[in-house]
Amino acid sequence: MNREAPLVLGIESSCDETGVGVVRGTRLLANTVSSSMDEHVRFGGVIPEIASRAHLDAVVPTLREALDTAGVTLDEVDAIAVTSGPGLAGALMVGVCAAKALAVATGKPLFAVNHLVAHVGVGLLDDGVYGGALPAGLGALLVSGGHTEVLRVRNIARDVELLGSTIDDAAGEAYDKVARLLGLGYPGGPAIDGIAREGDAHAVRFPRGLTQPKYMGTAEDPGPHRYDWSFSGLKTAVARCVEQFEAAGQPVPVADIAASFQEAVVDVITSKAILACREQGIRNLLLGGGVAANSRLREVTAARCESAGISLAVPQFSLCTDNGAMVAALAARVIMDGGEPSDLGFAPESSLPVTSVTA
Amino acid sequence: MIILAIDTSAIASAALIRSHETTDGDPGAPNDAAVLASFATEDTKSHAEVLAPGIRALLAEQELAPGEIERIVVGIGPGPFTGLRSGIATARALAFAWDVPLHGVMSLDALAWDVLAAGVPDDGAGAPGADGAAPPSSAPPSSVPPEFGAPEFGARDFAIATDARRKELYWARYGADGVLRDGPHVTPPGGLPAVPVYGAGAGIYPEQLADAGATCVHAFDAAQPTAASLGLVAAARIARGLPLADTTPLYLRESDAQVPGPRKRAL
Repeated sequence: MNREAPLVLGIESSCDETGVGVVRGTRLLANTVSSSMDEHVRFGGVIPEIASRAHLDAVVPTLREALDTAGVTLDEVDAIAVTSGPGLAGALMVGVCAAKALAVATGKPLFAVNHLVAHVGVGLLDDGVYGGALPAGLGALLVSGGHTEVLRVRNIARDVELLGSTIDDAAGEAYDKVARLLGLGYPGGPAIDGIAREGDAHAVRFPRGLTQPKYMGTAEDPGPHRYDWSFSGLKTAVARCVEQFEAAGQPVPVADIAASFQEAVVDVITSKAILACREQGIRNLLLGGGVAANSRLREVTAARCESAGISLAVPQFSLCTDNGAMVAALAARVIMDGGEPSDLGFAPESSLPVTSVTA
Repeated sequence: MIILAIDTSAIASAALIRSHETTDGDPGAPNDAAVLASFATEDTKSHAEVLAPGIRALLAEQELAPGEIERIVVGIGPGPFTGLRSGIATARALAFAWDVPLHGVMSLDALAWDVLAAGVPDDGAGAPGADGAAPPSSAPPSSVPPEFGAPEFGARDFAIATDARRKELYWARYGADGVLRDGPHVTPPGGLPAVPVYGAGAGIYPEQLADAGATCVHAFDAAQPTAASLGLVAAARIARGLPLADTTPLYLRESDAQVPGPRKRAL
C-alpha cells in the first residue's frame, strides 16, 4: 500500500448527506455531496428511513461523480474508506455496504473510520490553516445537528480524547426545535441566525446549561460536567417564554427570542470550549460541524480564542458539513501513520465512541 | 455465463450461478443453470457484517477473478428495509465497480421456485409437505419459472409468505405453473387468500392463517428466500428471453414519519 501519499476514496452516509470524497495524501481532489435535506423539511427534522432510502439511490451516482471530478478511476485508488459510526444505523448501513462491496470488487483495503474524528481530519488538509501538518496541542470543537463535542487530538490517526460533550440534545437539534417553536422552519440554524441579527440578544436571559458550581467544580477538582453541555432545558425555557407572551395576548418577539436563544447557545458552547482548551493545554482549536456556519458562533469563538491566545481554524463550509472528503482525509492520515485496514466483517456502530478512530 | 445473485430480504445470502445466456430463441429449450456455490445466514440481522465477506469467500472458493462475473441479480424484496438495502447497496456498488449488468428479482419468487422444485400441489388439498413430509430435495427444478402474468386465480394456487414484522406478512400468490398471480403485498395474516402458504412467514402465524382459510405448509414453515434460488429464477428468465426488473426496492410501506401538527398554544 502507498503510505506516502495514498489515493483514498471516502464514503459518508451517517445522516442525511451522501458524500463521496477523494484525497491524495493531504490534498483534496473531490468532494461530492448529495443531500436529502429537502425531503426532511416538512417533518422539521431528519427522518432516518427517508435518509436511508435517499442514500441507497444516491451512493453510486455520487461515487461516479466524485471519481470523475477527481479525474481518477477506481483501479487507481489505493484504499476505500467509510464512516462506520457514529450516526443513524440504517443510514450508516448503506455507505458501509457500498464501501465493502467496492473493497470486494477491487481487492483494495477498506478503512472504517469515525465520523467525528473525520470532521477534524478534514481540517488538516493542505488548504487548511495548518497546511497539511498536524499541529501540537490540537483540539476540536464539533457543533452540528447530531453532535456537540470538544476533543483533544494528540494523534489524529490513533489518539483522540473526548473532553466534553452534550448530555442531551445537540446544539443544532436545539436550533431546529426552537426554530419550530418560533415558526421559522427547517433547518433551524440558518433561520435563527438570520432573524437573530434583527433582534436584541439581551432581551431575554435564557439559561446556560450545566454552568452551576455543582456541575463545574474547579480546575483542580472538576465537577461531573465541567466541559459538558445541556440544551434540552434551554429549549424548554424558550417554549415557556413563547407561551407567556401568548398567554398575555401579546405578539411573540420572534427576533428578540431568536437572538437571545442564539446568544445563550453560543455563549455556553464557547465559554466551556475555551475553558477546556485553557485547562488542557490546547493551543490550536479547530471548529467543525454544520453549526460552524453560524455567524455568531464563528464571531464569538474567534474573539474568545484570540483573548485566550488560542489559534482558531475553521475549514471552508463545504468541508464543515458532512462529506466524504473528511472520511478520505482521515483514512489517508491513518494510512500514512501506518494503520492497518479494517476486517471486512465490521458492523456499523451508531454510537461509536470518539476514542475509536478506526473500527 | 456466471451470475452473482444476492438476497437480503430476510436472511442474507449470495450465490454464484453458471448458465447459458440464450437458448437461440427456443422457449422450450432446457435451461441448464446450476448453482456453483452459495452461502446463507440463519439469522436476519447481520447482513451488513456477513454479506461482503461471504461474497469474497464465494469468489475465492470458485477461484473467480472479478472480471469473470458477467451479471449481478439482487432480490428487491419485499423485506425489512435496512436488511433489504444492504443487499441492494452491495449489488449496485459491485455492478458499478465491475461495470456489469444489474437486475432485480422479486425476492418471494426465489421461494416460489423452491416450492415448484419440490413439486407443485396436485390439487387444492394435497400441498407438498402439507402432511409434514419433507419435499423431494433432489427433484429437478421446474422448467417453468415464476413470472409475471395475468391475475387469474386457480384451484391449485399457492402463496409465499415471509415475516414483515409488526404482526404482518409480506406475501404473493402464485399459480401452480409458477406465474405470479397477485402481489407482493404486506398485510396481517388474515389478509392472505385461502390457499396453501409456504415460507417462514406462514410458520409464525399458522392459527391466524387457518382462521383465514389458508394452510401453513409445515415442510416450508421455516423456509426463506435464498440467493441460490433467486439466481436460478433469473437465469431461467434470461434463457427464455424474459425481462428482469430493475433494482428499485419493494418497500411496500412508507416511512413511519408523521408531519408534525401545529404547536399546541398555551391556554
